[in-house]
Amino acid sequence: MFTDFFYVLRKKGVPVTVTEWVSFMEALCGGYFQSSLNHLYYIGRAFLVKSEAYYDMFDLAFQEYFGGIQTANVELDKVMEWLENPLNRLPKLSPEEMAEFQKKLEEFRKEHDMEELMRQFRERLKEQKERHDGGGKWIGTGGTSPFGAYGYHPGGIRVGGESWMQSAAKVAEERRFKNYRNDLILDVRQTKMALKKLRELKREGAQEELDIPETIDKTAKEGGEIELVFSRSRENSVRLILLMDTGGSMLPYSELCERLFSAATQSEHFKEFKYYFFHNVIYQEVYEDIGNYKKVPTEKLFSQFHKGYKVVLVGDARMAYSELFDVNGCIDYFSTNDRPAIEWLLRIKEHFPHSVWLNPTHRNFWGHYTVDAIGKVFPMYELTLDGLKDAIKSLTGRPKPAAMVA
Amino acid sequence: MAQSGQGYKGSDDYIASKPLMEIVNVAIALGKPLVIKGEPGTGKTLLAHSIAEALEKKLMIWNVKSTTKAKDGLYVYDTVQRLNDARFKDKDITDIRQYIKLGKLGQAFKAEEKLVLLIDEIDKADVEFPNDLLNELDEMSFHIPELDEEVVAQQRPIVIITSNSEKELPDAFLRRCIFHYIEFPDQDMMERIVKVHYPDMEAKLVKEAIKRFYWIREVDGLRKKPSTSELLDWIKALALGGINVDKISSEIPFLGTLLKNELDTGRFVRLSHAQSGGGVFKRRY
Repeated sequence: MFTDFFYVLRKKGVPVTVTEWVSFMEALCGGYFQSSLNHLYYIGRAFLVKSEAYYDMFDLAFQEYFGGIQTANVELDKVMEWLENPLNRLPKLSPEEMAEFQKKLEEFRKEHDMEELMRQFRERLKEQKERHDGGGKWIGTGGTSPFGAYGYHPGGIRVGGESWMQSAAKVAEERRFKNYRNDLILDVRQTKMALKKLRELKREGAQEELDIPETIDKTAKEGGEIELVFSRSRENSVRLILLMDTGGSMLPYSELCERLFSAATQSEHFKEFKYYFFHNVIYQEVYEDIGNYKKVPTEKLFSQFHKGYKVVLVGDARMAYSELFDVNGCIDYFSTNDRPAIEWLLRIKEHFPHSVWLNPTHRNFWGHYTVDAIGKVFPMYELTLDGLKDAIKSLTGRPKPAAMVA
Repeated sequence: MAQSGQGYKGSDDYIASKPLMEIVNVAIALGKPLVIKGEPGTGKTLLAHSIAEALEKKLMIWNVKSTTKAKDGLYVYDTVQRLNDARFKDKDITDIRQYIKLGKLGQAFKAEEKLVLLIDEIDKADVEFPNDLLNELDEMSFHIPELDEEVVAQQRPIVIITSNSEKELPDAFLRRCIFHYIEFPDQDMMERIVKVHYPDMEAKLVKEAIKRFYWIREVDGLRKKPSTSELLDWIKALALGGINVDKISSEIPFLGTLLKNELDTGRFVRLSHAQSGGGVFKRRY
């Protein structure tokens, strides 16, 4: 059943597996839920999609697959007839609920002119039809069930008032979960989560775990007199240096970088976290502040921090050719540099093998000679959640040496 | 509200959306763990309480902390105690059983009746934690090597797992679960939620307060957006303080109940100042 849907989902990028599909089929064939498009949407989603990041893709796939189903057009007469006497058609209501509903309906009738409402309703339904013919596949769906039809009731009396009334497909069409997609720009919380993956566990801190081999050893040596030995428990020991570009071309991305920065500073799981700023590219100095006043010699990075530090550089890597490759190429009028920037970058990569470059611009715009050159020194990733994840994977994995440039 | 016959339909003090109810019922019918994710304050934890209440089942809560290990939930073998007891002759240490204490999961399996097991904030623990529970949740059984005994669930418990998405859960784990993401409730839903908590509250006050609440949530760049529980506190404070309804829209009394971060409060006051042209807005706690 619907096996094609499985492939549509995969095509849209939802990582659904056979196991999940099988258990969904089991639930479907076992009759554990009603067979309606609504149920198929919500319950299918619960079975097949395991992260809100993929909800949007699921919506798209659902639309593509089930969007083609023509639901029977609402026959105007039938609906009108039904509306005349809706109480018989209502789903099971308790007597109290029924009374309540009746009361509401009476009140409503008193307040509104029923004739006028009916006229409006007919009109609206006609519009609806037109839109349906026009290709808005989903508008008609709601009308097929007595439940949904109520949604068209001009007075808007809603049975129970649940959002269930909204047809699933319409929810799908709305694409409410667009913002949860992974490949979009990240927010602080997501960034924090991604950065957490950086952690490395080492034994540190207070001694509170019982070290069994040591205890047995000691006890044996003491001739059976029990001697308990405790060892330290594991703790995260990652050290991170963040180097950020504050150059003018980075201005449009300042907010994005801010987010990364605040996520990194808020994360309490680094053993050590250092950050420095630079302007366009790194020469003999980096700065401690965004305004680039407090200079720190780049050499100091090498003397102060050992190669176990992980380095993340953030910048658009886009500059004039001379800035990267020439002596005195620095864009600042008052600065000079006797070594071209590319040499400094190569030294950084050499000293800190675990280093990556995050680029806030889209991959499509990377075709630029300085971007290419820097991309050869550092593995370069987009500053999106996916990019960040890849970057972290490369930071924690075995480092690759810089490809030779220039 | 006892409706064990017809499945879960929400309880008196908890409003579940219809899709969520259906999903809960399917999860119960198939005996699969249900993973609930969502913003803080969307009622993830309360769901388990509500299910337990509605179906008249006992609720067992396993609060996961950063130091929690998967094995803690199954059983703990107190070797140190046994070792210590071995030094004195007054206790019989040959019976290992007395040193084995079942964890929450173990207790839930052993229970005679079906119960609701809430594994709260699973993402707080180590990344490997959910993976270590794969088989136990799948088969609903585990082995105690010390006793060479199998603990098999008498009645598959209804397992509800909540996650704040601090960490991503492993795929292998998620494959075996049913997943639902609770969206932040919209204004209508919120009104109903408030009504459940304070049935006698003046409707106009609630409406106005909710309107302001969503407006505050929209303010850009808040470090911590106020959530449902903060709204409830705020409405209670408003009612107890006897605040005039009109005042809610012109100034925001008891802002401290909604925004708990000094930076947020500052930012918000500045913004509202700018919007109201200054002067009108007064900060009160």
